[in-house]
Amino acid sequence: MATLGELERSVMDVLWDSTDALTAGDIRDDLAHGNAEGVGKELAVTTVLTVLSRLEAKNFVTRERDSRPHLFSASTSRAAHMAELMHEVLGAAPDREAVLARFVGQVSPREADALRRILAGK
Amino acid sequence: MTITWVALAALALALAWPVPILLARAAWPARAPGIALVVWQAIALTGGLSMIGALLSYGLEPFGTNLVDGLRSFSTSLLAGSLPRDSGFSQMFALSGAILLGIHLLLNLATTFVRAERSRRRHRQLVALLSSPMPEHPGTRLLDHEAPVAYCLPGTTRSVTVLSAGLIAILSGEQLRAVIAHERAHASQRHHLVLLAFRAWRGSLPWFPIATRADEAVAILVEMLADDQARRVVSDDTLARSIAIVASESPDATAAAALTPDGWSTLAADSASASRRIARLVDEVKPIGFPARVFAVAAAVALVLVPTALLLSPAVPA
Repeated sequence: MATLGELERSVMDVLWDSTDALTAGDIRDDLAHGNAEGVGKELAVTTVLTVLSRLEAKNFVTRERDSRPHLFSASTSRAAHMAELMHEVLGAAPDREAVLARFVGQVSPREADALRRILAGK
Repeated sequence: MTITWVALAALALALAWPVPILLARAAWPARAPGIALVVWQAIALTGGLSMIGALLSYGLEPFGTNLVDGLRSFSTSLLAGSLPRDSGFSQMFALSGAILLGIHLLLNLATTFVRAERSRRRHRQLVALLSSPMPEHPGTRLLDHEAPVAYCLPGTTRSVTVLSAGLIAILSGEQLRAVIAHERAHASQRHHLVLLAFRAWRGSLPWFPIATRADEAVAILVEMLADDQARRVVSDDTLARSIAIVASESPDATAAAALTPDGWSTLAADSASASRRIARLVDEVKPIGFPARVFAVAAAVALVLVPTALLLSPAVPA
C-alpha cells in the first residue's frame, strides 16, 4: 500500500500529464492502468477524492464545482513548481540558510574555475 | 549600581567590536568548529544581555542599589504615579531603550522562526510532489533536475535529504555517501536552530556589522562540523573531492552574473567557504589540544555567567 504522500505525487503526475481537467474517476482509472508502479490497483474513488481535497488545500489542484462530477486540474505546471523549488534552493534569499542547508553554498565563478583546474590537474 | 552599568557597558562594547573581530580572524575555529560554535553563541548571548543589562541598571540607578531592588522600587513608584526626584530624562530614556531592545530582539527571533517554518512547510510539499524516494538511502529523495544540488530540509519530526539527478550524475557512489553523511549531520545536530538564531540577530541589528560577521562565521563552522561527521564514513580525500566537484559544477557560478550588487556581498562572504573546507581536509588540520578545549569552553561559560552575576549581585556599593 502506497503512503498518502506517494498517492498525492501519483495523482499530481496524472494531472500534470493530462491536457484536460479530469474527474476523480478518470484519475483512478488512469492510475489503475498506465501506471508503472501499479499504485491505483485497488484504489477507491473516495480515496482519490480525499487525496484531491488535500492537494486542493495546498493549492496544487483547482476544482471546478460547476460540473458534475467535479473536474480537477493542476493549478500550475510541473515546470513552474520545479522552478519555484529551485529558486528557493539556489536563490540568495537572506533566510535561505535558515530554511535549508546546501552541501555547497554559493560559489563565485572564480572559485569554481580554480577548483575545476585543481580537479583536472590531479 | 554605577559599577554594574559601567562594567556591563564595557562588556557590551568589547563583545560588539574587538572580541568578534579577533575570533573571526583566528585560525583555531577550523581546528575545533564545535567549540568555536559554543564561543560564538556565548558572545551573542552575552552581548545582548550586557547591552540590555547596562541600559537597565543605568536607568534603575536612582531606584535601588541592585537590579532586584531597583525594579521593585521602580514599579512601586510607577504604580503610585510618581518618580524619585533625582531620576532624570536620560535614565527614563535608557529604561525605554532596554525594554524596546529586548522586545525587538525577541520579536525578531519569533518572526524569523515562523517565517522559516512556513517556507520549510511549503518547500516540503513541493519536494514531496516533485521527487521520488531513494530506497537505497532511507530519508533521501531524488529530484529530477539537471542542476547538481544536495541539501537538507530540516523538520521538527523528520528531516529530508534531497539530491538532484544532476548531482548523482557527477559523483561516484562513495562521494555520494559523503554528501549524504554531511547532510544527515546537519539534521541530527540541529544546525538550523543555531543558524536561525544568528540569522535573526543579524536581521534585528542590520546596522551592526558584528552580527553579520558572526552569522557568516557560524555558517562556515556548521559546514565544518557536518564535514567532520562525514569524515567518519568516508576518507578525507573523498569528501574533499566531492566538495570540489559540486562547487566547481555549481549552478550559481554560471548564474552569478545575474546577481544584484547586494547578492555579490553574500557571494563574496560565502565564496571562500568551499575552499576553506577543502583546505582543512587536504592539509589534515589537527584538532586543538585538550587544555585549549577546556579553556575555550570555560571562557564561554564565564562569559555568560559574568553579566548575569553582575545584574543579580546584591548591593554592589554604588
